Amino acid sequence: MKKLVSLLMALTLVFACVGCGASDGNGSKADEDVKSEGVMTYEEYVAAALDSEVVIEAYVQAKQSWWEDKATVYAQDKDGGYFLYNMACSEDDYAKLTTGTKIKVTGFKAEWSGEVEIIDAAFEIEDGNYVAAAEDVTSLLGSDDLINHQNKFVSFKGMTVEAAGQDGSGNDVPFLYNWDGSGQEGDDLYFNVSSNGQTYTFTVESYLCDSSTDVYKAVQGLNIGDTVDMEGFLYWYEGVNPHITSLTVK
Amino acid sequence: MSIPKHFLSAFSFLTLTAGCCLALTGCHGKEGLAAFEIPEEFDTSKSYDITFWAKNDTNKTQTDIYEKAISDFEALYPNITVNLRLYTDYGKIYNDVITNIATDTTPNVCITYPDHIATYLTGTNLVVPLEELFANEKYGLGGSDVLFDSPAESEIIPQFLDECAFGGHYYAIPYMRSTEACYINKTYVEALGYTLPDVLTWDFVWEVSEAAMAQDADGNYLINGQKVLIPFIYKSTDNMMIQALKQQNAGYSTEAGEMLLFNDTTKEFLHTIAQHAESGAFSTFKISSYPANFLNAGQCIFAVDSTAGATWMGSEAPLCDISPDKIVNFETAVMPVPQFDAENPQMISQGPSVCIFNKAEPQEVLASWLFAQYLLTNDVQIAYSETEGYVPVTMKAQNAPEYQDYLSRCGEDDNAHYDIKIQAANLLLDNVGHTFVTPVFNGSTSLRDAAGHLIETTVKSVNRGQTVDDIFIEKLYDDTISLYRLNQSGGPNTLTAGKADLGKLPLPSVILLTVLAAIWAFILLYLAFGALKKKVIRQ
Repeated sequence: MKKLVSLLMALTLVFACVGCGASDGNGSKADEDVKSEGVMTYEEYVAAALDSEVVIEAYVQAKQSWWEDKATVYAQDKDGGYFLYNMACSEDDYAKLTTGTKIKVTGFKAEWSGEVEIIDAAFEIEDGNYVAAAEDVTSLLGSDDLINHQNKFVSFKGMTVEAAGQDGSGNDVPFLYNWDGSGQEGDDLYFNVSSNGQTYTFTVESYLCDSSTDVYKAVQGLNIGDTVDMEGFLYWYEGVNPHITSLTVK
Repeated sequence: MSIPKHFLSAFSFLTLTAGCCLALTGCHGKEGLAAFEIPEEFDTSKSYDITFWAKNDTNKTQTDIYEKAISDFEALYPNITVNLRLYTDYGKIYNDVITNIATDTTPNVCITYPDHIATYLTGTNLVVPLEELFANEKYGLGGSDVLFDSPAESEIIPQFLDECAFGGHYYAIPYMRSTEACYINKTYVEALGYTLPDVLTWDFVWEVSEAAMAQDADGNYLINGQKVLIPFIYKSTDNMMIQALKQQNAGYSTEAGEMLLFNDTTKEFLHTIAQHAESGAFSTFKISSYPANFLNAGQCIFAVDSTAGATWMGSEAPLCDISPDKIVNFETAVMPVPQFDAENPQMISQGPSVCIFNKAEPQEVLASWLFAQYLLTNDVQIAYSETEGYVPVTMKAQNAPEYQDYLSRCGEDDNAHYDIKIQAANLLLDNVGHTFVTPVFNGSTSLRDAAGHLIETTVKSVNRGQTVDDIFIEKLYDDTISLYRLNQSGGPNTLTAGKADLGKLPLPSVILLTVLAAIWAFILLYLAFGALKKKVIRQ
């Protein structure tokens, strides 16, 4: 009997430790992501009509910009990503929106050039913290399923850097300042990467990651033919246009 | 205790004198630069580094032209180095200038809108008035010591130059001019049974847009066979409102800075917009996306955008954001914006102007002026205007054989001579007499934003199922006035509408107020002491 009790206690301890040590394998999360009363699940948010009022709870994953009491933020819950565009936010509150912060957002669902977002929103900070792990969507590139991961923190593995355009002398270059090379240091970076014979345009959005960031410098250091792993947010503009936040040359 | 009369007199005299001095200092404004005075000679023995903040339309050819202009200018003036900073958004330039005023790091030369300059002028001697520079014999327009073929003042299109004058001074020179155009899917208009009129009217646009909304049982629009159609999309809703009011001779603002936007004509126009937003026939850039993307995909019939956006419009557009498989073939017509009075068309004049920021070193300012003036040379004017549906701002450039040749080759190819682009430029060249600008004053930027906000909010509210009636519009007026702080009245250049931060009270003003308070305290103390003394004597 004592052996049985000891075994049960040991097993309980092991399960408890496993429970403490990891969440659902999808990132670091303290509690179950249970929605408060009156808050939509991600599924309900997806089903909501455009222009309808939505109330969501999610965790800040990245801050893109703040200007004149409006903040643009990527947020995510365990089921999906949200792009909160020009959300009412004081400068003080913006400072509180650190990665993982839980917020309740009330706004309107909108779509702009394929990007589904929440606009005219207000938010309140709640207790809770969750930092999403990047989900590998490399195999979904080119598929109809990719859009279901819109605005999530994602990763792309083993992609090849292709020419983004030509310089003034007609030489191929690995990246451009602005989509057509009309910009300069500090502007958005555009670069092309391929996988399975298809080429996609990725962006380092300068408000999200400015020229002082590692990812900006990493893209400036790219060479055509490099194999790269990347992480970022699955933004959309007339098609997929990931906003990359980290890049590693393999 | 008694205070000697001579002491009182002396104290009062000193404090009053100090107060007056401080008051005058306070009136003069916070520590500003001395007004710019044109040096007798440009000192070529010293080197000058100047910064040029330039706006482009995310267009590589435009940035190449800026770089070539700088390189050519530096070859003429080896002692001047021009550092280019590129922007793609006037609003961002405005925000950055405002931020840099506080740190005294404004650029030397800056592309901007006159409305924005009106805000910059709240700083003392911050922006250089240009009329004396224009007329300077050596370094002025067409001046004797200018090392390039500079246009004379009389060679700048007078209307464009006048747009840069306000508050009794010229604070900018025009760089490029454009207007808005309606880019029309003529194929669809005719398929719907209509013929484009000689002058496009609002009634025609609304009628065709509503006619296009017919769908089949599966929800596909009959005109394009797609699930998506927004027949009428307007890019700049502030322009939409401003032009609609001007065409109806209704109020918007006055030269004195009075804001007349919130009137019954505006209300009637918002009701019309709401009606067509309700049916889905109308939307805006901010709500849906670029008109060009919808037009080129066969999902829009009337796309209103700048003539400076012409290279994005049409099936063969050299610039396009949508994938080739989404582009639909159609014939594009380029017409002036819709009108209320076909006999008296009115359209906005817009486009970049160039201002010069004052600096402590007059020679640096003169170097800035020389570069700004260089932007008016034929080489720069013609090359830049050909990148989009812009027109040159000088007659010298407009009449140049090179430019006339460019116009004559309309449609020869789909790049340099893209027909839609040259038609857009011709639209403005043919209608300069029908263009107008709105009065410029400190607060005119906010009023413009408010004009667009009224339309955007109306459309969004309709989309969200709200009722747009007179009560809604009255509330919208109140909310908009509050949001843009338009309820702070004043005269020209004193209007403090907008989101400008007045900042801390200047130190001289603080001292003055402190001294005045001290004087009043002293007077009261003296009176109290006198009354007490009398009381003691009576007792």
